[in-house]
Amino acid sequence: MAAESIGGRPQWTRHVVRHAGIAGGVLLVIVLVALLAPLISPYDPIAQPDIIGLKNAAPSLIHPFGTDSFSRDVLSRCIYGARVSLSVAALATTIAVTLGTLYGAIAGYAGGLVDAAMMRFVDAALAIPRVLLLIAILALWNGLPLWLLIVVLGATGWFGLSRMVRAQVLSLRELDFIAAARAVGASGPRILIRHILPNVVPTIIVAATLGIGHVIILEAGLSYLGLGVQPPSASWGSIIQDGADQVGSAWWISLFPGLLIVTTAIACNTLGDALHAAFDPRSTTGAMAELDS
Amino acid sequence: MSDPLLRVSDLRTYFHDAGTIARAVDGVSFDVARGETVAVVGESGSGKSVTALSILRLIRNPGRIEPSSSILFEGREMLGLGETEMRGIRGNRIAMIFQEPMSALNPVLTVGEQIAEVVRVHTDASRHDAWERAVEMLALTGMSDPRERATAYPHQLSGGMRQRVMIAMALVLRPALLIADEPTTALDVTIQAQILELLEKLQEQLGMAVLLITHDLGVVAEVADRVVVMYGGEVVERATVAELFAAPQHPYTEGLMNAMPRLDQKTERLTTIPGIVPPSTSWPNGCRFRDRCSYAWEKCKMEHPPLYVIAGNHESRCHLAIEPDRRESSHEPIAARVQVHA
Repeated sequence: MAAESIGGRPQWTRHVVRHAGIAGGVLLVIVLVALLAPLISPYDPIAQPDIIGLKNAAPSLIHPFGTDSFSRDVLSRCIYGARVSLSVAALATTIAVTLGTLYGAIAGYAGGLVDAAMMRFVDAALAIPRVLLLIAILALWNGLPLWLLIVVLGATGWFGLSRMVRAQVLSLRELDFIAAARAVGASGPRILIRHILPNVVPTIIVAATLGIGHVIILEAGLSYLGLGVQPPSASWGSIIQDGADQVGSAWWISLFPGLLIVTTAIACNTLGDALHAAFDPRSTTGAMAELDS
Repeated sequence: MSDPLLRVSDLRTYFHDAGTIARAVDGVSFDVARGETVAVVGESGSGKSVTALSILRLIRNPGRIEPSSSILFEGREMLGLGETEMRGIRGNRIAMIFQEPMSALNPVLTVGEQIAEVVRVHTDASRHDAWERAVEMLALTGMSDPRERATAYPHQLSGGMRQRVMIAMALVLRPALLIADEPTTALDVTIQAQILELLEKLQEQLGMAVLLITHDLGVVAEVADRVVVMYGGEVVERATVAELFAAPQHPYTEGLMNAMPRLDQKTERLTTIPGIVPPSTSWPNGCRFRDRCSYAWEKCKMEHPPLYVIAGNHESRCHLAIEPDRRESSHEPIAARVQVHA
């Protein structure tokens, strides 16, 4: 990298680290808003007070984000939508990280034929674009329950991470301290859980942070296609969908949730990159590209 | 002599890979008595570390201990034990310390946790009791401020302190046998002496036997009772320390001694043994040392020498034992000639 470095780190790293505080702050505010939704929200998000007089009202002091075609307050819907979007993302990522870590750790520690078989499955899964896979799975259900959406998002999101965890475990298990652990009589599972996994935690944290941003976008895309969160509950993606056919006349319905999605995703990615840089001083952002699959 | 603590007989550890067989340890036998220190000496590739790992049955695929081998420890045949029984022995009855104290400690656990873990693996001590034993053991290794040091991570300690932690980890359960694989190689000379002294002191206190793996004859002279010299996966000479240093029998042992710097002689350059250990996939016929030996003759090419008894417990795997006159006719080893031409 051509940039001058101070303290051994390239310019962009310090740049990323400086923005981590802002990104963390933004995420904190969004999470607080979601948690305190009933206290903050100015209106009931599903109330339709005046379906004729207040239909598609432009942003004003009374309705800062305007109203939608059912006269519902868009700001209130966005605030409640944050709950759905964030919890779907957090839970789905938790599932994905758990599956990916376990799968990768077992494959890496077992090695040999077990590893080869397990990884060929991941290769095959990675060869299918995730969005197509999701559309194919979700199209099977009519009126999908929310928990199932979370499970499906989680179950399709761990392939990239499992490869990274597996690669790390594969190199960790050859290290002296693992040989030392075996020499004091520790069992296989104990070595994996107590000696290997703690060394993989940085990778997992980074993957989780980046994964949340990714799932928010993915869920928004699916909801936009009508395959995600089902009415009357609203996520940011389904609010965009509500306003999709009137973007020309009532742009505020789609714009504000869209901005929220972009902001949250950027904050997650910035924080993820910063954590990655903090954990591994030699890394470049390119190393994490594999996680996006 | 009563039953030894450890009796290794005809140990063969082969690595099978894609049709070739690397015979890293090829018929090694020796005993270790209770409380004594036996040194296994040899250069890289002689099979000494594989021997150590074989005793703990820590050889991984594609390595295999051949069925003809036998390792008796406290009267039990270790090669017949299941993995669970082996785990009960490792760290408990037989412990091992490694060459590199940095990489042999887990970077994300405090050293106290790592010592306490050994206790928790083998006993049903509570978390608190295990921790107390870890602190006690650290104190025993001469660590100042053991209670505070126990909460440190490996990177916060110096090389010497880390090796003390390794020793504490190995000895916390008072094993009957400690295998020390080059315990001082990675340390400064001043620290080396401290660690050796500590090992000797603890050995006396705890009454354990030590199997010391090293290439450093200086260390051997200082701490060992008996010596096993290994070359090419075999034992080439076995003797007490006094006998070995007074009258080395095998030309390889002689070569190792000559390669040591001495204070009582003025030398411009250190003598070396020409050539390297041949690959374990293709040991030469006859004597495995013959290409590097300055006494080798036809017989060494034809006939693999057995371990000849020199006197009492002194044995040497060299035909010179029965044809001592050959010592008079030394010549340049083949390996030296090859080196010149290359």
